[in-house]
Amino acid sequence: MESAEIVAHIPRLRRYARALAGDNHRADDLVQDTLERALAKFYLWRRGSDLRAWLFTIMHNVFINQLKARRELALDDGVEEGLQSAPQSDPLELRDLDAALTLLPAGQREVLLLVALEQLTYAEVSKVLSIPVGTVMSRLSRGRERLRALMSGAATATNLKVVK
Amino acid sequence: MSDLSVTDLHAYTDGQLDDARRVQVEARLAHDSAATESVRVWREQNEALRALYSPVLNEPVPQRLLAARALRGRWPYYALAAGAMGLGFGLGWMSQSYRTDRFVEAAALPRRAAVAYAVYAPEVRHPVEVGADQQDHLVKWLSKRLGHELKAPVLKQRGFDLVGGRLLPGGKGPVAQFMYQDAMGQRITLYVSLSDAEPRDTAFRFSQEDKVAVFYWIDGKLGYALSGEMDRASLLAIATVVYRQLNP
Repeated sequence: MESAEIVAHIPRLRRYARALAGDNHRADDLVQDTLERALAKFYLWRRGSDLRAWLFTIMHNVFINQLKARRELALDDGVEEGLQSAPQSDPLELRDLDAALTLLPAGQREVLLLVALEQLTYAEVSKVLSIPVGTVMSRLSRGRERLRALMSGAATATNLKVVK
Repeated sequence: MSDLSVTDLHAYTDGQLDDARRVQVEARLAHDSAATESVRVWREQNEALRALYSPVLNEPVPQRLLAARALRGRWPYYALAAGAMGLGFGLGWMSQSYRTDRFVEAAALPRRAAVAYAVYAPEVRHPVEVGADQQDHLVKWLSKRLGHELKAPVLKQRGFDLVGGRLLPGGKGPVAQFMYQDAMGQRITLYVSLSDAEPRDTAFRFSQEDKVAVFYWIDGKLGYALSGEMDRASLLAIATVVYRQLNP
């Protein structure tokens, strides 16, 4: 019965993962690992608490571990501008939202997507990602401004050098 | 920006301010074009992200994601059996010889409808794209996008008011979802898809998709699925009203 409740959340987990991972196959790997872990740890879920938030928390942890494994972790706000491993992109591609999103540091991307796609409150985002609300706000702010610059094309040339 | 903080601006953008603070922020925005522009751009970003990724919600879930040991067998991924066992309820029943693709298409309807219900019915802030206050616009817009005239049934007699509707990606083009709510906050959805197969009619069929009960039928070019988390008899009573209104 409970696992059927998890199944009902799969479409949302897939949507978030697709935006987060920027690649369909990688996104479904992320969902699959999240589901496996959620089922293994289901006894830890407190009945009555928000199952969706719990699943997104697990996905966040799986995602971070995958980034660490690929040495792509660029979560720390202090160094995120320099560490992001952006793919070599043609500046023209940056007009694509999909491509622009992959150029945001993972921490900013997570916050922006949880707010924009999942419409979580800032307090919920703080809980899911285990970061203070102040950090949620600063990542949201920087993520949005970065995306704005990328989409407007103004910052593409210089930013590409920075993120290299 | 006077005492308009960046946090206020974001919270305003995302609809996360209480009414009193929202009014204050709006008053200040009227004199701050840079801040107003930021809010506009950020809202566009939110909408663009939703437009880009929300179609994922209606993609069929890959088998491998449902193959996890504990999930297997719990969810009627192959709703074929459920569809095949659906009984005729005497409304416009016509015997039909199904080809396999038809069969699959018919079986996919309740599952897609139930998933769309499960995703949007619990939504507090954005259950619909266009609200019932713009009902004419809603129906015209959805009719235009589906390429077929639609009607939003009136379910007042069963205690349900129209909340609004949204456009969703279906298996073969756009799908319309109308949402209704009763005084207790219980929601039901009417999922309408256009079939490119030959027009035909079927009886009511019933499918229990996990907690969501679905009555579905095909009427000419349109496939309908009424979904709700309620018992079969209550849902059937509503489905009957819907059917009669659509076929006066």
